[in-house]
Amino acid sequence: MAAPADTARRTDAGRARRSERAPSGGWRTIAAKELADHITSSRFFVLLLIVTVAAIVPMYFISSDISASAPQLAGQPALFLALFVVGSPSLGNVAVVSFAALLVPLVGIAFGFDGINSERSQGTLSRLLAQPIHRDDVINGKFTAGIAVIAVMITTLVVVVAGLGMIRLGIIPSPEEIARIVVWAGATVLYASFWLAFALLLSTVMRGTASAALVGFGTWLGLLLFGQFLLPLFANFLFPLDKANANAYLASTTAQATFMRISPSTLYGDIITAVLNPNTKTVLGVGNLGQYVSSQQQVPGLLSLDQSILLVWPQIVALVAVTVVLFALAYVLFLRQEVRA
Amino acid sequence: MSEDRTTPSEPRRGGPRRRLRPNVGLDARPLGTPRTAGSAHPLSARTPAAAPHAADASKATEIDEFENAEAADAANPGDSAGDGQVMPWDVAPATITADEGHPTRRRRTVAELLADVPDDAVIVTRRLTKKYGEFTAVDKLDLTIRRGEVFGLLGPNGAGKTTTVLMLLGLTEPTKGIVRVLGMDPTREPLAVKRQVGYLPDNVGFYGGLSGRENLRYTAKLNGIGRREADAKIDELLHEVRLEDAAEKKTETYSRGMRQRLGIADALVKSPSVLILDEPTIAIDPSGVEELLVLLRRLVAERNLTVMLSSHILGQVQSLCDRVGFYSAGKLVAAGPLEELAKGEDHVVELEVGVDGPPTGIDAVASTVPGVTSVKPHERDERLRVVTASSDVAAPLATALAAQGLALVHLRRRGTDLLELYRRYVPEGIDGRAR
Ligand SMILES: Nc1ncnc2c1ncn2[C@@H]1O[C@H](COP(=O)(O)OP(=O)(O)O)[C@@H](O)[C@H]1O
Ligand SMILES: [Mg+2]
Repeated sequence: MAAPADTARRTDAGRARRSERAPSGGWRTIAAKELADHITSSRFFVLLLIVTVAAIVPMYFISSDISASAPQLAGQPALFLALFVVGSPSLGNVAVVSFAALLVPLVGIAFGFDGINSERSQGTLSRLLAQPIHRDDVINGKFTAGIAVIAVMITTLVVVVAGLGMIRLGIIPSPEEIARIVVWAGATVLYASFWLAFALLLSTVMRGTASAALVGFGTWLGLLLFGQFLLPLFANFLFPLDKANANAYLASTTAQATFMRISPSTLYGDIITAVLNPNTKTVLGVGNLGQYVSSQQQVPGLLSLDQSILLVWPQIVALVAVTVVLFALAYVLFLRQEVRA
Repeated sequence: MSEDRTTPSEPRRGGPRRRLRPNVGLDARPLGTPRTAGSAHPLSARTPAAAPHAADASKATEIDEFENAEAADAANPGDSAGDGQVMPWDVAPATITADEGHPTRRRRTVAELLADVPDDAVIVTRRLTKKYGEFTAVDKLDLTIRRGEVFGLLGPNGAGKTTTVLMLLGLTEPTKGIVRVLGMDPTREPLAVKRQVGYLPDNVGFYGGLSGRENLRYTAKLNGIGRREADAKIDELLHEVRLEDAAEKKTETYSRGMRQRLGIADALVKSPSVLILDEPTIAIDPSGVEELLVLLRRLVAERNLTVMLSSHILGQVQSLCDRVGFYSAGKLVAAGPLEELAKGEDHVVELEVGVDGPPTGIDAVASTVPGVTSVKPHERDERLRVVTASSDVAAPLATALAAQGLALVHLRRRGTDLLELYRRYVPEGIDGRAR
């Protein structure tokens, strides 16, 4: 092409660039609006109430136990963490962290299941997308707002539990303990974000908010009740268990183990175990108070926080990865969807 | 248009298929060779009339894109000179062989398709097609809407109006064809287009938990309008659409008409130069429609807007529209000012005729009247006949019938009735297309 055409092309590109240049930042506007919606919603207060009560009750019991056995525990390292990790026998050994692990998916789902489909059913989606924003700003903004509201909730929860614990126990946590609690809170937000991404995916795929909620909470409940049976079953389905064939047997058991290991709840469980228990040298379950104390007394030397994090680094990465995969799926599906309902 | 065609340096109509071949023919001039006076670039040769659209039309990339946006069509009635014949510079020799058998069936460049676009065109579509699988929702739509015009897109439900509107906004990608809004391609520059186009979707919705004002504020924020500027603008718009009193109420309490008015305010928050309204009068009671139309008429006049609105009820929007297009099963079957459409394409006159007695009596008499071209049974009323003629034959027909002793009980000229106009262009009626 000769000169005039080139010039035309250049000015044309220039025009395009100029008109596209104005900073959009649409996702931030959307995230701010969504966050404001979340925080002022009754959903937020109900969930906060449930989660806080569920955390305070076990904390109350275990702090009584600790106070009762105070003489033996004097000078015990990381005693404050016991408040979170150890369950009181009078409450079936259920600890604060166990309750959190149980309820956190609920929070994630609750702030995501109607993310996209409610915009659709309200008739606001086409109006929203007719504004000068990119289409992915919508889902990015919603995901960001969801993470933010979860973070607000978890922070509130931790502050309340730790504050009450300090009052009841009369001890001040060490900086190391505080750091561990912060990391645990971060991991919890991450775990909730996984469920948020799952819920956003549902809200993209399913047109009805009610059905998306049903599927979301159903999955949570199903995995809670039958997860440990379902995952091996699923693995068996993919890799049939054949005792006669050594290779197939191996493949099947490996698949089972892998499935269990990359299941987000296992990942999260491993992370909290390592992070909240400086004694954890390998990723294993945490027992009751007696075991906790005796194990710390028997094994000399505790892991530092960075050592603990290193121990579960693969789990952290894996949890981030599955979350990203789910969100990416929702993102791609949303971008390919028709705008109109 | 022809001026452009005869320019040797015109971007070739071929895509990669042709570009792979070495340059032959008149365009074989090496790169950088100065142009002769006779072979000025289309841009400089062009009349200013086509400037904005021709400018991007001559981009090489556009022509690449045109391969997907191909406009191969066998028989296009709008095709004029130059399409039937293959110009020597249009095709490399090898291609002539390929196209020889079907000289009319060839792809045309973006430049060619946009060649007749006037300078002040705001919305342009050429051969715009949208397919959902095998189903064609919009079929080779050619539309030109000029600045300041109010264009009504009329058609039954499912005709493809919303699909068209979504393509204009870049919210749905066309399968084929070209769209230009304010000279921009909405698929490529959606943000730039959406910054200047206000849109009222059909079944517009708002965040029920927020007040009307808060909903508008959100839109303003998404458009990057500062808080103070936005508040002033919103106050003004709420006043215009008479929602000041309800501004602080949650929108979930709004009536349908209020929501529609708020939707119009919402579309105007960004101070657009183009307004696209999809079914603005749907599901509103008659007085609400009237109120809405008054509002729209005032806004259009005040703000010098270019408006495209779609509706399936002609009667509701006709007073607003400078021009209308009738849409049927994805095709634009007629477009123009309403009065002209009412006259019909060939100025044929259609008369509904009824006599006292069996209508068969009309047939023999009517065909003897000079100018009458056909006599057909009426579509819905078996007692009537429809007489088509090249001129107004009402008087001679009446005389002829009277001479045969047939008493005229019904004589009506067609095309004056809106519903008939609608029926003429949209044969399948108001209840959607026959699939
Ligand atoms: N996502 C889709 N998939 C398949 N068909 C669709 C889709 N969206 C619209 N259609 C069809 O396209 C046609 C045109 O729809 P639309 O543009 O909404 O019509 P209108 O707005 O004129 O009532 C309809 O027959 C509709 O069924
Ligand atoms: Mg429609």
